Amino acid sequence: MEVAAGGGCGTGPPLLLSDSEQQCYSELFARCAGAASGGPGPGPPEGTRVAPGTATAAAGPVADLFRASQLPPETLHQITELCGAKRVGYFGPTQFYVALKLIAAAQSGLPVRTESIKCELPLPRFGMSKSDGEIRFGNPAELHGKKVQIPYLPTEKNSHKRMDDEDKQESQSPTMSPLASPPSSPPHYQRVSLSHGYSKLRSSTEQMHPAPYETRQPIGQPEGSSSEGPGAKPLRRQASLIRSFSVERELQDNNSNYPDEPWRITEEQREYYVNQFRSLQPDPSSFISGSVAKNFFTKSKLSIPELSYIWELSDADCDGALTLPEFCAAFHLIVARKNGYPLPEGLPPTLQPEYLQAAFPKSKWECAIFDSYSESMPANQQPCDLNRMEKTSAKDMADFPVPTQDVTTGDDKQALKSTVNEPLPKDVAEDTATSKDCYSLKARPRSRSYSSTSIEETMKRGEDPPTPPPRPQKTHSRASSLDLNKVFQPSVPAANSGLLHAPPALPPRPCPTQSEPVSEADLHPQLNRAPSQAAESSPAKKDAIHAQPPSKPIRRKFRSENQTTENQEPAAAVGGAASAAMVKPHPTVQKQSSKQKKAIQTAIRKNKEANAVLARLNSELQQQLKEVHQERIALENQLEQLRPVTVL
Amino acid sequence: MVHTSLDVVDEKISAMGKALVDQRELYLGLLYPTEDYKVYGYVTNSKVKFVMVVDSSNTALRDNEIRSMFRKLHNSYTDVMCNPFYNPGDRIQSRAFENMVTSMMIQVC
Repeated sequence: MEVAAGGGCGTGPPLLLSDSEQQCYSELFARCAGAASGGPGPGPPEGTRVAPGTATAAAGPVADLFRASQLPPETLHQITELCGAKRVGYFGPTQFYVALKLIAAAQSGLPVRTESIKCELPLPRFGMSKSDGEIRFGNPAELHGKKVQIPYLPTEKNSHKRMDDEDKQESQSPTMSPLASPPSSPPHYQRVSLSHGYSKLRSSTEQMHPAPYETRQPIGQPEGSSSEGPGAKPLRRQASLIRSFSVERELQDNNSNYPDEPWRITEEQREYYVNQFRSLQPDPSSFISGSVAKNFFTKSKLSIPELSYIWELSDADCDGALTLPEFCAAFHLIVARKNGYPLPEGLPPTLQPEYLQAAFPKSKWECAIFDSYSESMPANQQPCDLNRMEKTSAKDMADFPVPTQDVTTGDDKQALKSTVNEPLPKDVAEDTATSKDCYSLKARPRSRSYSSTSIEETMKRGEDPPTPPPRPQKTHSRASSLDLNKVFQPSVPAANSGLLHAPPALPPRPCPTQSEPVSEADLHPQLNRAPSQAAESSPAKKDAIHAQPPSKPIRRKFRSENQTTENQEPAAAVGGAASAAMVKPHPTVQKQSSKQKKAIQTAIRKNKEANAVLARLNSELQQQLKEVHQERIALENQLEQLRPVTVL
Repeated sequence: MVHTSLDVVDEKISAMGKALVDQRELYLGLLYPTEDYKVYGYVTNSKVKFVMVVDSSNTALRDNEIRSMFRKLHNSYTDVMCNPFYNPGDRIQSRAFENMVTSMMIQVC
């Protein structure tokens, strides 16, 4: 039909499309057309409603698709011209198919000529981040267009949305709807690009090895995602997708012992889960109680025994509460189940809490970017790193870095509140730039790459204004801050932890930059130590002490002159060290260093304030001690007076 | 027979007087030796009773073993309880629980 149409239009040489090509192309065209006409609407369900013979495919999705083919822009221009779209002004079916054929030719190395399309060519490959992964996905049987049973968050999100509407649980829907927007843009974009890859997958299954789970997601997206897909967002997402895809590649290489791809949580899913976690429990390092979780998961409309089983799988420590990794695992299992995956017998290795905690710091960072309140997301990351490094009790770590991170993420939060969307494109672009650098290292793929600049971003933005601590109980009482000091430093090698936390901005930042030249797995702790050491031990330790009760909230308004002057000194020192520590002064990183200086200064100020508070407490206690002494003396005198009487 | 043993359990519980929350107290020992089987009882802190019926022909079971079995049972039961989706009183459908129980039984046999 399309071939005939092509012949009928007579825009170019008659297209000879094989069956698989026809199928693929028509799918792609439908997607583009559906995406165009359906606007930022749901995926294939709506897409398929649009007849494949739709006249035009909009330029947007087509352009995305072409970019996904990873051909150089000049080639794409050539192709566009050749296929006749420019001539006719739109991408009709003929033009589209010709273009696809030309893309295939170009990817095969043939010159972009109309003659090329006469040959037998492999299907065009649209290798965007996830689409390649998709191509590598080795279960074509499972993937079946709309029937793709992929646990993906848009599906889950939508199912939740529907549930919300049906149940009229307004408490849930506001949670869901804002969250719909960030993941929705990836769905839109991914749907376009990845569905193409998927189509190719269906038609040709060679060179495919089991793909990362992530690749399945996009396929699932078309199922029910309501993607707004503004133009800017797909581009941004493209960057993040590239990043995530590279990460996925690395992860695959590194974690080849995790064959259970469907159980791998992608970053976007992770973000989503973390957002949901936050909606239930503002403190990401704390638990969701059983009843809260029960209510939440019950909304997923799974049967109670299934939910019970999922709980059993995910609550690894059987404490009746879900920590963030446990919650993510549970959520993931629910999403999987809703998409038709049978529940596993045991918790897959990629869903286990240690793995999740260690492997997904990045998603938490991204959440900081996306969320209006980015709490101690990185706190989990720090504990992850620490856990890995030292295997100390997780709780100590979690408790402790939390206040530290409060500084940074609290700042992040406030900064973000004002401009949620604006920094995002910049951030992601920067993230992409620096994170791509990090991909050269295969060490600790996820934490490294994730922590690369998104951390930097959040850190630098996070450090300016400390928000009212999301966890006041950790920091607002002096005693607790004291205890934390005592607990933390002795319990953990001061060098590591103290230095780790001391200059909150330092450790992550130098990490990626220094890690670039040095590709080692455990560079992270070393780097942390290195810049910290460079930053002088004394201010570092001082900062460590001060960093602990960081979110003495907004006392930074209190600036004593002492503090400012003192701040300038250590800040300058630390800032100098920080900039010195940065081996490669990327322009973005330089910007960050200055911002980090400010952040460090703020942190130092706050720490000074905390110090002042503690000093006051000390003096008060001394006073009390004196009084008690006096009373004691008085009593002893009385005793003396009475004794001679009795003795006689 | 289980019901009669439950009566015995109740009898023993009431005989305890002040409820001493002691692990030893929880284990009620051999409840009622009959011809065919032995019944062992165990009460949790929340007065949930575990009754174990053992074939008398199995003489290899010693007191300690029974105790340990009850302990394992108790632990698994608390794990099941942790699940918020579990309604107390429902039939326990936890796979981990069943696996544990099965393994215990197999081990004994």
